[in-house]
Amino acid sequence: MSHDNHGGTKQIWLVFWILLALTTVEVVLGIYKPVSYEILKWTFIILTLVKAYYIVAYFMHVKHETKSFAWTLALPTFILIPYLLFILLTEASDLIL
Amino acid sequence: MGAQSTTESVWRGGVKPFKASYGKMMMWFFLLTDALTFSGFLGAYGFARFKYAETWPLAENVFTHFPGIQGDQPLIYVALMTFILIMSSVTMVLAVHHGKNMDTKKVAWWMGFTVLGGIIFLGSQAWEWMHFIHGTAEGALQLADGSIAKVIAAGTEVMGQTYNFDVLRLGTEKFITDPTTIATLSAGAEHVYGANMVVNEYGLPQFANFFFFITGFHGFHVFTGVILNMIVFINVLFGTYERRGHYEMVEKVGLYWHFVDLVWVFVFTFFYLV
Repeated sequence: MSHDNHGGTKQIWLVFWILLALTTVEVVLGIYKPVSYEILKWTFIILTLVKAYYIVAYFMHVKHETKSFAWTLALPTFILIPYLLFILLTEASDLIL
Repeated sequence: MGAQSTTESVWRGGVKPFKASYGKMMMWFFLLTDALTFSGFLGAYGFARFKYAETWPLAENVFTHFPGIQGDQPLIYVALMTFILIMSSVTMVLAVHHGKNMDTKKVAWWMGFTVLGGIIFLGSQAWEWMHFIHGTAEGALQLADGSIAKVIAAGTEVMGQTYNFDVLRLGTEKFITDPTTIATLSAGAEHVYGANMVVNEYGLPQFANFFFFITGFHGFHVFTGVILNMIVFINVLFGTYERRGHYEMVEKVGLYWHFVDLVWVFVFTFFYLV
C-alpha cells in the first residue's frame, strides 16, 4: 500500500487555480476574439491539451504511478486518437452527410 | 534474484502489475476505451463542422442565454458549467486525499460536495437543452431546399441600411434584401421553432444531432458518475471503508469522475469554442 500523499492539498488547489486561469483565458479569447480564427483555434486546442495534462497527471494521479503504467495509458492514446482523427478528417472528405 | 524466484514472484501471483491494484488498473483501461469513443464522436463533429463551415451554426450564436440576464451572453453560461465541473473535480480529489489519511469525516464532506456539484451540472445541462429545444420566440424560416433563414424585422439596421420590409439572413452573415428574391425564397417556406433531431432553427439539423448526441452521452456519464458517487458517499457515511481499512473505492470512482471532467474540457473546446 502506498499511502504517501504527494504534494497534499496545497498542490491540489494549485492545479485548480491553473485550470481556472486557463479556462478564463479560453472564455475571454472566445468572447473578444482578438486574433484571427486560425490562431485562435490552435490556441484553444493547445490550452485544452495543457488542461488535460494537469487533470490526468495530478487529479488522476498518473504522475505518481509507475512509469510503465503511465506509458501503457499514454501510448494507445497518442497513437490511436491521432490515427482515428486522421482517418476521419482526410478519408471521409467525400462523404455526403 | 535467480530465474527460479523471478518466475515464482511474477507469475505465481502476489505481485501487482504496475504496482497498481486490479480495480484501479481496470478502471483505467475502461477509461482508455471510453476516451477513444469520445474521440470518435468529437472527430466526427469536427469533420461535419468544417465540411459545412459556411452554414454551420456557431455555438456562441446558439447558446446565448443566462438565467436572470436579458440579451446575448455568449459562452458565459457554459463557462459557469465548466467551472462547476472543475470545482467538483477538486472536491473529489480532496476526498481521495483525505481517504488516504483515513479521515472519514473529511471524505464524507468532500464526497457530499462532489455529488452536489454533479447534480448542479446536470441541472444546468437540462436548462440548456430546454432552451435549445424550445428555441427563440421568433423562430426561423425553413426554406424549400431545407436551409434555414432568419427573418430580420423591418426597421432593423442591416449592413448599415434599414428596410421597411422584413429581410432574410442566410447563415451567419448573408443578407437577402431584394424583395423579389425574398418572395421567391419565402414561397413554400415553413416556420420552425427550436431544435430537435429533424429541424434546427439555428441552422443545419446535423448541429442539433451532434449536440444532443455528444452532450447527451457526456451527460449520461455525469449521471452515472453522480449515482456512483452517491453510493460511495453513503458507504463512507456507513463506515464501510473504515472497516475495510482503505478508501480505494473513493479513488476508483474518483478516476471515473475526473474522466467525466476531462471529457467536458474537450467538449467545451470543440463544441463551444472552436
